Amino acid sequence: MVTTEHPRQLADSYDVTIVGGGPAGLAAAVGARDQGAERILLVDRDPTPGGILLQCIHSGFGLHTFGEDVTGPEYAHRALEQVVDHDVDVLTDAYVTDASSDLRLKLMSPSTGVATVDTSTVVLAPGARERTRGAIRIPGERPAGVMTAGLAQAMVNLHGRLPGRRAMILGSGDIGLIMARRLTLEGVEVAGVCELLPYPSGIGRNVVQCLEDFDIPLHLSTTVVDIHGRDRLEGVTIAPVDDDRRPVMSRSAHVPCDTLLLSVGLIPDAELAQRLQLRLDPVTGGPVVSSTMETSRPGVFAAGNGVHVNDLADWVSREAQVAGAAAGDLALGRHRPLEDVHVTPGHNVGYVVPHTLSTSRTQTVSFRVKEPIHGDTILRIGDVHRRKVRAVVPAEMITLKVGPKLLDGCAGDTLRVDAIPAGQEEA
Amino acid sequence: MAATCTTDGPPPDGVETVTYLCTGCPLGCRLEVDAIDDEVVEVRGFRCKRGLRYGTQEHTDPRREVATTVWLCGGDVQRLPVRAAAPVPKASVRSFVRALAGVRVSAPIALGSVVAEDVAGTGIDAIATRGVPPPGAGSSDDRDRATGRPSVSGSEGG
Repeated sequence: MVTTEHPRQLADSYDVTIVGGGPAGLAAAVGARDQGAERILLVDRDPTPGGILLQCIHSGFGLHTFGEDVTGPEYAHRALEQVVDHDVDVLTDAYVTDASSDLRLKLMSPSTGVATVDTSTVVLAPGARERTRGAIRIPGERPAGVMTAGLAQAMVNLHGRLPGRRAMILGSGDIGLIMARRLTLEGVEVAGVCELLPYPSGIGRNVVQCLEDFDIPLHLSTTVVDIHGRDRLEGVTIAPVDDDRRPVMSRSAHVPCDTLLLSVGLIPDAELAQRLQLRLDPVTGGPVVSSTMETSRPGVFAAGNGVHVNDLADWVSREAQVAGAAAGDLALGRHRPLEDVHVTPGHNVGYVVPHTLSTSRTQTVSFRVKEPIHGDTILRIGDVHRRKVRAVVPAEMITLKVGPKLLDGCAGDTLRVDAIPAGQEEA
Repeated sequence: MAATCTTDGPPPDGVETVTYLCTGCPLGCRLEVDAIDDEVVEVRGFRCKRGLRYGTQEHTDPRREVATTVWLCGGDVQRLPVRAAAPVPKASVRSFVRALAGVRVSAPIALGSVVAEDVAGTGIDAIATRGVPPPGAGSSDDRDRATGRPSVSGSEGG
């Protein structure tokens, strides 16, 4: 049996401390250990590491990391197995409640009580939080039955409780689509999925397998404009939106339902980042990072959905392994690469992570487009890299590899990342 | 996106073109499948061999990965995640999940172990996608025993 034991005794100091035991935290631990760091602590708030993977019981994970299609819990198991093989101290049921600028962390758990550890480096892997009704300001009454899709996922998949009998879903993000299928299979009637945008926010595979397979209607350019019910939700009013995304109230309709799931986006959990006064990217909401995922505070690294919302756990693992490795390197006194190139979002690009690159190493640049382009698209990084792809959509994160050869002579430059329809390159 | 069912000039006799979205990976290639009397003659629009296979399969015998949960006693959560050991015919997905709704298992559970055989007459087993240690098991650390808190995750693959 693979077991993670509470550390017999928490050491006073660590080379690398990782906050969060989801795919990012687990991969960071492996990355740090592979670089030779020996004193590694991973802190997770749940009784079992794995993070949100444990409630994502569907398949579709791991094609890039493990070369096969596995479910969320299986992905978590494999990632955890590597950490246990690496002899990392894993502290579960634990919270990091504070972090000082000299990297003294305050922890709290039933087995350690309140404890303090000093760490040479830290990797923040807190994941993201779901946007709520408050974040999108839906008017109406405040009955029970309005909740985020991920919360409903935990209720159904971990605790065996159904959120209601007839559900409406607002937002066609992947979690919303997957919950539409999950609830249908568990006997809940799903009245439909509303999406404010004129195209689905989730990936195409989920539109086909979660909605079309079950004849669940997808209402594009439509939103929820009112919520009815005193104690329990009794129904919602939905309305189409015009080109400026304003509801057209003359065409509104009432939908009776006792449950409204919100799948309206994720925001990086930046609580510790804010305590550490890290520089944040106003678009992602997560910390600004270098090519090795180091934040604006030396020795503090960050990875995964706590930096920017990824579409695949595989990308999270890859990025976090880089962060963990760099944290291990720094803890062992190795020099960090010189970050001598800036990257910035350009035409039709919402954000770019990382924010700086190094001319001395190979790194992955991740970004998302703002608007879909149906047809041949040119992706370019400054004038050093240019690639043609078939189509781009905001739902899918784009990654490009950039090495020293491409960046030769770019030291000191700021490179714009653009996504342009083929043939309009001079725009 | 690829145009649907448009051909230049008269189509060859009996050829029907259907478009599918390949679900082999998140790229989601738009596939065009040409078929004569349900026999696939050509698949276009794929970027890897998975797409070719998917287009043919989806047209002749559509199947789906199926994941659900069963009741779990003695774990730190109440549901054990399970999946179909092989893709299930699309028409049997609902009955596959319904048949598992009443199943109840107890810890310990080995990852990959069979939770139910030949579910809903499909000939396909349901297997555990999470390992669960025996109740109260975990580390031998005294501190853990004092709190009675399992600190264990996962189990060996089976």
